Amino acid sequence: MSEPVSALNGASFEGLVTLQDRGPTGMITLRGDLAAPAMAKALDKALGLTVPGIRRVQPAKGVSKGQAAWMSPDELLLILPYGQVTTVCTSLSAALEGTHHLVADVSDARALITVSGQDAHVREVLAKLAPVDLHPAQFGPGDFRRTRLAQVAGAFWMPEAGQINVICFRSVAQYVFDLLSAAADPAAPVDYFG
Amino acid sequence: MSTRLATGGRLLNRGRQVTFRFNGKYLKGLEGDTLASALLANDQMLMGRSFKYHRPRGVVASGAEEPNALVGLGTGARFEPNQRVTTTELFDGLQAESQNHWPSLDYDIGAVNTYLSRFLPAGFYYKMFLFPRAFWKHVYEPFIRMSAGLGKAPTKADADRYEHFNATVDVLVIGGGVAGLQAALAAGRSGARVLLMEQTAHWGGRAPVDGGTVDGQPVEAWIATAVSELETMDNVTLRLRCMGAGVYDHGYVLGYERLRDHAPEADGPRHRLWKIRTKQIVTATGAIERPLSFAGNDIPGVMLASAVRDYAVNWGVSIGDRVVIATNNDDAYRTAITLKGLGLTVPVILDARASGGGALADQARALGIRVENGKAIAKVKGGKRVTGVAICSQAGEGGVLDVVACDAVAMSGGWSPVVHLWSHCGGKLVWDADQAMFRPDPEKAPTGADGRPMVIAAGAANGALDLALALADGDLAGRAAAQASGHKPAAGKAPGAEQQIEAPIAPVWMMPQGASYALRSKAWLDFQNDVKVSDVQLAAQEGFTSVEHAKRYTTLGMATDQGKLSNINGLATLAKSLNTDIPSVGTTTFRPPYTPISMGAIAGEARGDIFQPLRRTPLHDWHEAQGAYWEPVGHWRRPYCYPRDGESHFDAVSREVKQTRASLGLLDASTLGKLVVKGPDAGRFLDMLYTNMMSTLPVGKCRYGLMCSENGFLMDDGVVARMSEDTWLCHTTTGGADRIHAHMEEWLQTEWWDWKVYVANVTEAWAQFAVVGPNARRVLEKLGGMDVSKETLPFMQWAEGTLGDVPARVFRISFSGELSYEIAVPASHGRAFWERLMQEGAEFGVMPYGTEALHVMRAEKGFIMIGDETDGTIIPQDLGLGWAISKKKEDYIGKRGQERSHMVNPNRWQLVGLETLDGSTLPDGAYALAEGTNANGQRNTQGRVTSTYHSPTLERGIAMGLVLNGPARMGEVIAFGKTDGTEVKARIVDQVFYDKDGVKQNV
Repeated sequence: MSEPVSALNGASFEGLVTLQDRGPTGMITLRGDLAAPAMAKALDKALGLTVPGIRRVQPAKGVSKGQAAWMSPDELLLILPYGQVTTVCTSLSAALEGTHHLVADVSDARALITVSGQDAHVREVLAKLAPVDLHPAQFGPGDFRRTRLAQVAGAFWMPEAGQINVICFRSVAQYVFDLLSAAADPAAPVDYFG
Repeated sequence: MSTRLATGGRLLNRGRQVTFRFNGKYLKGLEGDTLASALLANDQMLMGRSFKYHRPRGVVASGAEEPNALVGLGTGARFEPNQRVTTTELFDGLQAESQNHWPSLDYDIGAVNTYLSRFLPAGFYYKMFLFPRAFWKHVYEPFIRMSAGLGKAPTKADADRYEHFNATVDVLVIGGGVAGLQAALAAGRSGARVLLMEQTAHWGGRAPVDGGTVDGQPVEAWIATAVSELETMDNVTLRLRCMGAGVYDHGYVLGYERLRDHAPEADGPRHRLWKIRTKQIVTATGAIERPLSFAGNDIPGVMLASAVRDYAVNWGVSIGDRVVIATNNDDAYRTAITLKGLGLTVPVILDARASGGGALADQARALGIRVENGKAIAKVKGGKRVTGVAICSQAGEGGVLDVVACDAVAMSGGWSPVVHLWSHCGGKLVWDADQAMFRPDPEKAPTGADGRPMVIAAGAANGALDLALALADGDLAGRAAAQASGHKPAAGKAPGAEQQIEAPIAPVWMMPQGASYALRSKAWLDFQNDVKVSDVQLAAQEGFTSVEHAKRYTTLGMATDQGKLSNINGLATLAKSLNTDIPSVGTTTFRPPYTPISMGAIAGEARGDIFQPLRRTPLHDWHEAQGAYWEPVGHWRRPYCYPRDGESHFDAVSREVKQTRASLGLLDASTLGKLVVKGPDAGRFLDMLYTNMMSTLPVGKCRYGLMCSENGFLMDDGVVARMSEDTWLCHTTTGGADRIHAHMEEWLQTEWWDWKVYVANVTEAWAQFAVVGPNARRVLEKLGGMDVSKETLPFMQWAEGTLGDVPARVFRISFSGELSYEIAVPASHGRAFWERLMQEGAEFGVMPYGTEALHVMRAEKGFIMIGDETDGTIIPQDLGLGWAISKKKEDYIGKRGQERSHMVNPNRWQLVGLETLDGSTLPDGAYALAEGTNANGQRNTQGRVTSTYHSPTLERGIAMGLVLNGPARMGEVIAFGKTDGTEVKARIVDQVFYDKDGVKQNV
């Protein structure tokens, strides 16, 4: 079987911040009753995770060791190593059997780009593109936002200070990468977040 | 003449000279100059020509309100018209061109319009150019366009970059004068997140020029202390060169930061548009001095008194050796005192108030300045610059009492608070008769999402013109804003300053009050649009009593300065003409932006490669490498065809169609929408969404479905596959993926919220390819891994498995009439899988085909296309698709719409095939002609072409169209009109041109 190829195929960029395509990453859309014990059990069994709070990702650390992000009152996005998706999907489906739910493998529908560097610069670059309050008091490690990046839908979370992971749809991965590169022009610091 | 003084100029760096060009002439200025101060320092008083009469004009103000001195800045890709010299910071190499003159600024032929001015009164466009009608387009408009107008449009693409920035704060303070600084301090000390922006490059506003002491130190020192305290606060952000452009609903504000206008060669974006969400807004935007309306008030050398003072104090520039001052208030005396202190001459101060001024007037007299109370300017003498003034009584009609030689006039008609930002979002104004100004009505502030006030005006913008009052007002505003945003104001009090008691202003709207028509028709209200007192009076006389109507009739306040100087004088003039008071006339509407902002800033990053998102399939690069000719489909690019060396698109399409029908073709269909619909109620839900039954579809099978809007109109179509007991996969059109997803969510969230259905859009997770042609099965068998035989996988079924080592879903569906499989593989394997198909298909002469070949083949088979056969007014019944509408179902979206009388009218045009008698291809969209003409004299019609192609398979033109009673008229020949006036005859035939019995797809 051929190796999976991500939309950006490992692209990177150095500017005010560093951009790095994370390559193929497992992502699962999970819809259901987030408050149901079955959901908690299924998540725990499949990935050892708990249901994140509103607009949170958990755990914050890491990129794809297995995280759950809050997408809406009845939707989570699970982020995990690409190779584990099939197994996890099967496990979730089995655990949620009989409850109203949906498990969809969306790994190939997305792109994941890491923005890293000086914490203030990382925040600035995103604040140029997304209508999100990125002040450290409002957005910190473990926070997740589903928003837009200039003209397309996107989401991002902060695993730790100085890093933000950006998710977008696969078809617009190049657009988002180009947006971030433009926003990371070394001659365009805003000096807003200290 | 205007010149640089030997000393002074608090904003100048006298040690650094700067060279610039004005109208091709090299001039020298100093670092810290604005273009205005540098031009004045070079005695360049004449800076432009007026809009309508081409009158010589010089700078009148010193800030953002400047109406006259507009220039074209820069050259080539960095050229920008209509830039105010007063807000343009000087830099080395600056190039500016004055505007609206021909052949030159000094000698302008258009100035002849001045002599025609009595024929160009208010509303002259409406009056003069009505008849004859044809003259408008060919005579009047070209003439007006030649003679009126300001800057020229740039001819090259903008070389600069721009960006947006989103910021969220508790308190936004707009304006960095003393009131704004104090407001920011008060709010900042409470711990609130504060953003303070100032449109100029300096803090403090007018205060350093006007003077005064705060807490015992000169105001300039207090400003420096305030700024350094603000700089130490982590919760406060300070921005110079950043204008509050507009206030919008719910605390949304646009800030316009000019990063590189003063250093255009530096790297980085030129402008940054701040998109600010704030809980509270403090508008400390200051006030603008009003001109006085006397004859000749537009002659270069007549300026606002405050501007004369600014140029002297800030930039060490004298406007003239002899400056006459005309005023109706005490503030203008400050100009006289300042000029006198610099050793210049003030021949006379004409104070329109019979009772004269207060302490400042006494001070001026003590300096030996002649002060004349109750006197006014009858007219200013001079052409391209002031040579003198004729003095009269303010109470009279302009009888000249005396003539005084001078080279400049400083005028002051009082101050108008800058209420623009207060007003943008609905803040109301009150007329303050004592100060003769409109100021914000604190009882009627703009309100936010919670219904509470979200804007607080402070300082001069709130009518607190005095230094002490402004500081106290700013302090109050800062505290109130902090509190309203959920913070506790810190203890402490406003800095102390001594209030200066001034004699009251006398409202003077015309000088002298009984000015003759001759004087009034030379007294300008709106300098930029050339509107005079006589124009507004004429408008009133002709019945334009509403201020909004009078504005549009006269064009008062409609220029690029939006009437910053003219509005109040104009509406006061209107009020007087209507014999009513000013508040009952009211103001016109204040709309953002405060001053024009660049188009680039609005566009932000959206230019070049990131002008719009371009959606790419996993094969995008492959298509590009093959030299695909692109067709934009939404934000996607899809190959239209793959022309080979020297091949025309027509030939490429023909080749692709023929080879697909003869052997094997491949289509990248990845853009097709793919929506997973799952849940116990999914079947019931899909039965409502589609016109036919989906709940009865067996697992493993596919069914073609139609989706209609509530009104019954066909909006999307596609193949639905049942994946499992409770899961369906709905294919939509390329353009329908997001739209239909939203449509489904809307019904689920608003109407059937209790139905257990989840929808997921997995469009981009899959690369999907159509493998089409007699050899389609053989190439899949070569890949191996799945049984794709007729028996195991018959037409309209699907199977999941591994094809050539890649997980795949194989749908046996056909949009071409050939043996055809649509294969979905994970997008990350798409490119590799496609290349395998190309490789394995080589022995069959495989060819990729584009969207046009797809269209041709579907048209040959008589399949409809959403967007061709449908246009939002077509119901499935029009297209002969009644077979896809369930008669059994009680309801589906669109059912009732389709039962409306107009929808069941048998005379609705119906879909048929069309075959030209001469084999030519019908023009797309052509109408079928009927007898006679309609009420408008247009030819009657009886149908139209919806799809038309040259069929390479049949080697003739084929088409589909909607025709009156079409299906009942098979074999009849009708005529279609062409745009060249000729007609082409076509026979009504069955719409399926190729393999009517479906033998080819069913093998």
